[in-house]
Amino acid sequence: MISINDLVVQGKKATRDGFGVGLTEAAKMNPKIVALTADLLGSLKMDEFKKEFPERFFQMGIAEANMMGVAAGMSISGLIPYTGTFANFSTGRVYDQIRQSIAYSHKNVKICASHAGLTLGEDGATHQILEDIGMMRMLPGMMVVVPCDAHQTKLATMAIAHHHGPVYLRFGRPAWPVFTESLPFEIGKAQLLNEGSDISLIATGHMVWNCVEAIKILAQEGITCDLLNIHTIKPLDEEAVIKSVSKTNCVVTAEEHQINGGLGDMIAGLLSRHHPTVQEFVAVCDSFGESGKPDELLIKYGLGVADIVKGAKKAWSRKK
Amino acid sequence: MKKDIEALRAMANQVRRDIVRMVYQCQSGHPGGSLGCTDFFVALYGSQLNYKLPFSMEGKEEDLFFLSNGHISPVWYSVLSRSGFFPTEELKTFRKLNSRLQGHPATHEGLPGIRVASGSLGQGLSVAVGAALAKKLEHDSALVYALTGDGELDEGQNWEAIMSAAHHKVDNLIVTVDWNGQQIDGPTEKIMDLGDLPAKWNSFGWEVLILENGNDLELVIDTLELAKSRLHQGKPIVILMKTIMGYGVDFMMHSHKWHGVAPNEEQCNTALNQLKETLGDF
Repeated sequence: MISINDLVVQGKKATRDGFGVGLTEAAKMNPKIVALTADLLGSLKMDEFKKEFPERFFQMGIAEANMMGVAAGMSISGLIPYTGTFANFSTGRVYDQIRQSIAYSHKNVKICASHAGLTLGEDGATHQILEDIGMMRMLPGMMVVVPCDAHQTKLATMAIAHHHGPVYLRFGRPAWPVFTESLPFEIGKAQLLNEGSDISLIATGHMVWNCVEAIKILAQEGITCDLLNIHTIKPLDEEAVIKSVSKTNCVVTAEEHQINGGLGDMIAGLLSRHHPTVQEFVAVCDSFGESGKPDELLIKYGLGVADIVKGAKKAWSRKK
Repeated sequence: MKKDIEALRAMANQVRRDIVRMVYQCQSGHPGGSLGCTDFFVALYGSQLNYKLPFSMEGKEEDLFFLSNGHISPVWYSVLSRSGFFPTEELKTFRKLNSRLQGHPATHEGLPGIRVASGSLGQGLSVAVGAALAKKLEHDSALVYALTGDGELDEGQNWEAIMSAAHHKVDNLIVTVDWNGQQIDGPTEKIMDLGDLPAKWNSFGWEVLILENGNDLELVIDTLELAKSRLHQGKPIVILMKTIMGYGVDFMMHSHKWHGVAPNEEQCNTALNQLKETLGDF
């Protein structure tokens, strides 16, 4: 029986820290990896890479559109460019550049995006992109990876080098519990973190940890849950989702993203085709964020632990 | 891949025939800029570009060319096919269903000669800068060429790319601007004035060459040679190439009206009568 009680929490660390470490590690093993940033070297934790591989690091200034095109051009000879900037500037600002020069042209570019979602915090809604998963998963051939903690972000950063094709890797700013160190990681394979019989909690990114906390509360009320960590949103591990939902017939999805276009939509689409199921969505409901502390924002916008518990109970009651 | 000038002139005439016939056959596409840039493409592929066949995407140790103003695909497709990249017969599939010759150039269908999609304007220079940086990093001494439209310079991304190429001392790159002074809605000075274009490029840190007549094949070749001789000195090079949109077909010349319009049967025949010499139509 897989249980969250077996997870070992090893302090808190930002997922972007995992990216920085993973990038340097990947580059040590693969001389084809190059890195570009748009004036956000420190925020993306790319300092170590620059120190180790100065000739493979390219500072592109505050010009993200050009950075995406340059990365596409670099990839032609077989280099593997990793671009690093905030999620907002990695997607919405440069959508057409990604669409034409990278995705349609099938270029092996790794778009690495930090400060995604509400947990960016005080900078406010201009920077808190909540639409990026939707935009990226709509692009044909684009892999979308959203790891749940710093350790997994490190592994994902290294793993995507082995996938030939464009990848969107999304991570964040705040210190967050690290709890996956003992777990195997494979791109495209969902992680089952807890087994239960009543509800399938299906989450991605920071919200996986909030689901761990919610499961403890639900257990006190006699409700047991599967917890699936969908670190690879595209391609989705459909088999793992259907297997869990076939058992529980009840779903709650949780993501730091708009309700439109994200993980919840993707799961609902899958289940409507294969296994129509009661589903509740823990996501931002068609609104922009605002300034505040990450924890405050998650609660205000309905992404707190209590919101997952509430969603689970609602789904549970609808199932009955 | 050097040919004598008379052979290149004959090729240019055939390429112009191909452009008119391709656009006529599918009743869509962009003849104006294609005809204006024909001499450049023939000069580039016929006398300058060190390319290898069969085509490989990676392009190691060969010169690379990127077309940013992808709508002039007819001239590129014609020159690619007549340079041996794919059968000339395939030109007849231009813009038709299940073709590798998409309306705007794409890699998606695997057409040899194309390394990135273009059409949404303003993206090609960035890609060329990236490819040139990769060649420098990998100690590949081959060159990177790119062509952009002048109207296309309205797009801000170009100026990001221009700034970055100078900053990173991308001195293995030759960019040519098709300076025909026309864009879809009219003359560039009326739609979005480019101002002092040579001064702009110069102030961004580029070596600027002005080609007064981009429809004089020999002058195009000489200017490309001159550009090559100025490489590897810490600066990227731009050729501001004055061309006449629609060059070679009298009723299409000097006007933005033939930017993206196909000729009817009578117009097609009139055009072909002005371009009589043929190496064999597709």
